[in-house]
Amino acid sequence: MNRINQKLQEDKKLLSIYFTAGFPELNDTDSIIQELEKNGVDMIEIGLPFSDPLADGPTIQESSTIAIENGMTTSLLFEQLKDIRKSVQIPLIIMGYFNPMLQFGIEQFCKKCAEVGIDGLIIPDLPLFIYETEYKSIFEKYNLKNIFLISPQTSEGRIQQIDAISDSFIYMVSSAAVTGSQSGFGSEQMEYFKRISNINLKNPQIVGFGIKDEETFEQATKYQKGAIIGSAFINFLKENPISDISKFLNSIAK
Amino acid sequence: MKYNVDENGFYGQFGGAFIPEMLYPNVEELKENYLKIMAEPSFQEEFNDLLQQFVGRPTPLYFAKRLSEKYNTKIYLKREDLCHTGAHKINNTIGQILVAKRLGKTRIIAETGAGQHGVATATVCALMGLECIVYMGEVDIKRQAPNVARMKMLGAEVRPASSGSKTLKDATNEAIRDWINNPIDTFYIIGSVVGPHPYPDMVARFQSVISKEIKSQLLAQEGKENPDYVIACVGGGSNAAGAFYEFLDEESVKLIAVEAAGHGVDSDESAATSVLGKIGIIHGSKTLLMQTEDGQITEPYSISAGLDYPGVGPLHAHLHDTKRAEFIAITDKEAMQSGLEISKTEGIIPAIETAHAFSVLDKKQFQPNDIVVINLSGRGDKDLNTYIDYFKF
Repeated sequence: MNRINQKLQEDKKLLSIYFTAGFPELNDTDSIIQELEKNGVDMIEIGLPFSDPLADGPTIQESSTIAIENGMTTSLLFEQLKDIRKSVQIPLIIMGYFNPMLQFGIEQFCKKCAEVGIDGLIIPDLPLFIYETEYKSIFEKYNLKNIFLISPQTSEGRIQQIDAISDSFIYMVSSAAVTGSQSGFGSEQMEYFKRISNINLKNPQIVGFGIKDEETFEQATKYQKGAIIGSAFINFLKENPISDISKFLNSIAK
Repeated sequence: MKYNVDENGFYGQFGGAFIPEMLYPNVEELKENYLKIMAEPSFQEEFNDLLQQFVGRPTPLYFAKRLSEKYNTKIYLKREDLCHTGAHKINNTIGQILVAKRLGKTRIIAETGAGQHGVATATVCALMGLECIVYMGEVDIKRQAPNVARMKMLGAEVRPASSGSKTLKDATNEAIRDWINNPIDTFYIIGSVVGPHPYPDMVARFQSVISKEIKSQLLAQEGKENPDYVIACVGGGSNAAGAFYEFLDEESVKLIAVEAAGHGVDSDESAATSVLGKIGIIHGSKTLLMQTEDGQITEPYSISAGLDYPGVGPLHAHLHDTKRAEFIAITDKEAMQSGLEISKTEGIIPAIETAHAFSVLDKKQFQPNDIVVINLSGRGDKDLNTYIDYFKF
């Protein structure tokens, strides 16, 4: 069974952490992953940096720009990850935009993911329709779960479609916003979390965008299976050494 | 129509809507409604009335006598430079703001590079009394101060895009992010035939008034609707899309798309996407794109701010791929010389974008009886400082 699906069966709320590969330093990828796993993170999203990350706010745009300037490339990321499965057990997901993958070659990209032990992909700008008609069979061949996003504006019909084609979890964008731009959840968001929970989808949902501390983590996981922290973690890495990651994680009670 | 968009939003292998799911409802709403809205008689009436009364259409199709003598062929200039605000851009912003109003949107956002589309958007927002926010790269804000002032006078808020390379592509990213953050009340007026489907098709349709008029004007002046050549410059490609539109399926009409070579296509400082680009995704569209081996989008260069877009509209990528249009790259130097020459020969100072199209006259041999239509997409007022710096007037 895919590691993501195994993890989703555990009887607990899941914490997933996003970081941009190549940030703050080019070769931090391995140590960040090791440190996150050591401190009990359930899942990791490794950001493949892109020059024009449309769905992200200034924090991730900046970390991506720096990562690219540091020399991060798709091949280098795979090189950095080649021995990761000798030590790391938790699910690893690559989050990236479609163009760098397209240039690498989608089949080649998926093959490399399988080789290094990546379990799933989050590609915000790969539309459902294109995935279904052109790439689904390739992803499946390499046992990669493609994770789709929904937002408060996504219609129920569309959510059902996404649920039907998904086979791991659904990435629930907490509000109509790019990453890193929210300041806590209000009643509107809590209503949305509850509404989605009540649909009884076959895939559990993990909430992303706007989770940054204990309070927002609790709110996001009240009705959903887990939550993803991205921009807040990037901001932490800007100011603190990797060896202090435990302090960041301890501030988010679990 | 074999060069038009298919039901999935593709031109051959180009186009589509490669957008984050957060934008899906907005883009879907537009996709479901734009053709219906545009077909409504009340829309047509309002659109045509504004084009006539506010923009000043039809623009003349002017027979350039001295230029024709010089090149020993028949050259007509489609005078989009005479449109209100100085370029063809306003044909599109009028159309889109009428769509926005019919969709009940109250807040307008736009991106701009040189500022022409920003001014055209701010203008129609003032006309309709709608809130207007224009994203513009920090670098461009410094380079294009007069257009920033124009937008402010027209009541728009100009927001600097400070991410990435701080130019047009980053302004577009910021506008898209704004749209993600404001999905309900906001309409995004894109300035060229770029972006996710249905934008390229919608913008091309609004700009197609250019080729519609060329047809009827040529019929009146030459007794035939079709010229032998239509020449237009291409950055994103909206003026070319409009000038080509009605001729796409008229195979006898040769279409020439003129790109900016900057300092030369091999100089690393160029915007000739059809030569230097590979298939990729930019701003939600699959098209030819200037990028690194690794798929990072690169910053193009041209002396003309309106042509330095790292992609090209998917329609143009398709016209290039199918060889329906010939693509010619013109350097800064050639374009600047042409700009000066047209000014002296015809008494028209063209925008530097447009000057690139004129340089084709020196690159290609035309027959004496050929009818060559050049789309004079904009006037050169906005470029005076660049002309002054370049020629040391």
